Amino acid sequence: MIAGATAGFIAKHLPVLVVLVPLMAAPACLITGNRHATWAIATLASWTSFALTVALFIRVAGQGPLSYSLGGWAAPFGIEYRADALNAFILPLIAGIASFALPYARGSIGRDVEPRQQNLFYSALLLCLAGLLGVTITGDVFNIFVFLEISSLASYVLVAAGGGRDRRAFKAAFDYLIMGTIGASFFVIGIGFLYMATGTLNIADLAHRLATAPADRTVRMAYGFILVGIGLKLAMMPLHQWLPNAYSYAPPAVTAFLAATATKVSLYVLIRFLYTVFGLDDPFEAQTLKLLVMPLGIIGIFAASTVAIFQNDIRRMFAWSSIAQAGYMLTGIALMTPQGLAASLVNIVNHGLTKGALFMAVGMLTLATGTSRLSDLRGIGRTMPWTMAAILAGGLGLIGVPLTAGFISKWALVSAALDAGQWWLAGAVLLSSLLALGYVWRIVETACFGKADETRVIEPVPLAMVIPAWGLLAVSLYAGVQPALIMEGANAAARSLLPHLTGVGG
Amino acid sequence: MEHHLVLRVVSKLIIPPILLFGLYVQFHGDHGAGGGFQAGVIIAVAFILYGLVFGIPRLLRVLPWRFIRASMAAGVLLYAGTGAASMLMGADYLDYAPFGATPVEGQHLGILLVELGVGITVASVMLAIFIAFAARLPSQIKDEEW
Amino acid sequence: MADLIRSIAGHYNYWMFVILMMTGLFIVVSRGNLIKKIAGLNIFQTSVFLFYISMGKVTGGTAPVNTGRAGEVYSNPLPHVLILTAIVVGIATTAVGLALAVRIKESYGSIEEDVIEDMHRTERPA
Repeated sequence: MIAGATAGFIAKHLPVLVVLVPLMAAPACLITGNRHATWAIATLASWTSFALTVALFIRVAGQGPLSYSLGGWAAPFGIEYRADALNAFILPLIAGIASFALPYARGSIGRDVEPRQQNLFYSALLLCLAGLLGVTITGDVFNIFVFLEISSLASYVLVAAGGGRDRRAFKAAFDYLIMGTIGASFFVIGIGFLYMATGTLNIADLAHRLATAPADRTVRMAYGFILVGIGLKLAMMPLHQWLPNAYSYAPPAVTAFLAATATKVSLYVLIRFLYTVFGLDDPFEAQTLKLLVMPLGIIGIFAASTVAIFQNDIRRMFAWSSIAQAGYMLTGIALMTPQGLAASLVNIVNHGLTKGALFMAVGMLTLATGTSRLSDLRGIGRTMPWTMAAILAGGLGLIGVPLTAGFISKWALVSAALDAGQWWLAGAVLLSSLLALGYVWRIVETACFGKADETRVIEPVPLAMVIPAWGLLAVSLYAGVQPALIMEGANAAARSLLPHLTGVGG
Repeated sequence: MEHHLVLRVVSKLIIPPILLFGLYVQFHGDHGAGGGFQAGVIIAVAFILYGLVFGIPRLLRVLPWRFIRASMAAGVLLYAGTGAASMLMGADYLDYAPFGATPVEGQHLGILLVELGVGITVASVMLAIFIAFAARLPSQIKDEEW
Repeated sequence: MADLIRSIAGHYNYWMFVILMMTGLFIVVSRGNLIKKIAGLNIFQTSVFLFYISMGKVTGGTAPVNTGRAGEVYSNPLPHVLILTAIVVGIATTAVGLALAVRIKESYGSIEEDVIEDMHRTERPA
């Protein structure tokens, strides 16, 4: 009976519990103090919220959108948490990556954070998780800003945690803070304009009011400010300067977590604003997407991939590759078709899984050898064959080789481009894969064919890092072999956002 | 700055009214202007003034670092716990109606608890920020530099 | 002409917002001193606060406090509440930024961006 009551309780409060579990675990970590106990609390919280997000996904897939009013104040007056096909699809990715990143952090964090301060590290990670989950589930635009800043502030601190080993992490975190805050302020100015034009902050209400009134200058200003603000947060091509340093100097667990989730959540916010709030009926909005975001995405793919080829640091190389991947996702979003949107959503999940696993594997390599510079890693493939195999598997995913998750997302994007009649875009996507081949090949060449340094000391990698890294890699490989679940989720999400285009088929 | 008689006397005179005003702002928040954010800052100001005049070590004797750190977390937990309690009593998260005999009474108690949580966290975070910066000074600031 | 002047004068709060915002952004971009960058960021954020607060002003309205008198005109309290949250976010950002500046000063011995960049150049490139 108690089990039944508990299940009923969880079912009733599912949307808020997803955020509440990590949000309450974070101060609990601060009070506990002991690093083993805090790690246990943090891991348990992330696993619980992962289970809750999966339950939410199943429930939304079965019964349709779910709404929860905070404080019993009904929307649009109160803050509403709303799970629909789109965010229920993104939530398990965020909580799932955290569930892998926390065990991984236990093995790796000793290098970066001294034992007495590790509880602070875990509470920052949980706050970041709670913020990202909150951004995704909330149905109130100002609440998005608040959660976005909770997660961003936590991630500045997390990036700076790498400063114990390399002082450049402090400068990287500072630059990230400046850029991130400017982005958030632009976003909040945009929300101000939206409020001015409509007098509401609820997403569904905003969508309704903007759809019934013609877009005026205020709404267009809001559109511009939100596009730039979120563009900063997701590292859209000319606004990406903070990302390479932040990802290169953060502790490995943080890089894996942020690379797989933070920019993805910003992309979700962009999709939510473009397709739900603004609806893109206004020619100005649609043209901006077509003539600005699409070219920026393509330039981002080519420029960032090219820069990645010439990097000497593996982590920085993959950081640039993340900027290129954001380009793919932006191009899919800018196609304005259900297929393009579905391709972007598939890419968000698949790339999150692949990049998370990849950064975890690179972190193992860095921990064992003490360096992530390619020039110091010649012949490492012979001493650490398994780790290199993991990096290679992830790298093949970035290129888009068949049977990897990356292939699925590229295939989806190419066919979406062809369906939309943009054959040149399909060509560009295929061509850009050659660039990815270029940087992955550089790693393979150095690791397998370089002359090994005989004096190199290899430190043992803790099992706590090996298991999550391979686990996440296995998930990403599974997503490549069995893409049906992710494809279905993405298609359902895309259809729910573009209902008037349902007939085209997924 | 302990040998500055005027500063010492004036701050000792002024700290209790600051604290009292902080409490007023805290608990008057549901009738008029006020609330946890403002009250937290005002209460923190009283302690920061004490720390400025009498030095950080004495401030830490009044409020140990462990206490400040615990109350930062406790405030958030009080806030979230109030919400969790309302969930356990069958209402939505942060719906205070079941706390009292009538919804209005419940709202009254609920907002008081939530604002108290906010106040505790804001006050201790402000203090923690001040101490974290001030205690890092290589040497205490000399009087001539003021 | 008279219309133009009236439109400029009538929206003077938005002009102030734009001026402050540009001042803040300019400081962030042009200054190499990390503390000055944070100061610029603060000015920028403050402009956003003013933008919201002036947006909620109702001409002739009082503070939105329930006095019990019927038919009283009061300003829109919602933007004020929103900005209270944004101010707290701003304080947290400033605190984290200053803390990072302290750590940068401790490990580099400087908070001037060009000095730090020079040190990066002489260190082994990543």
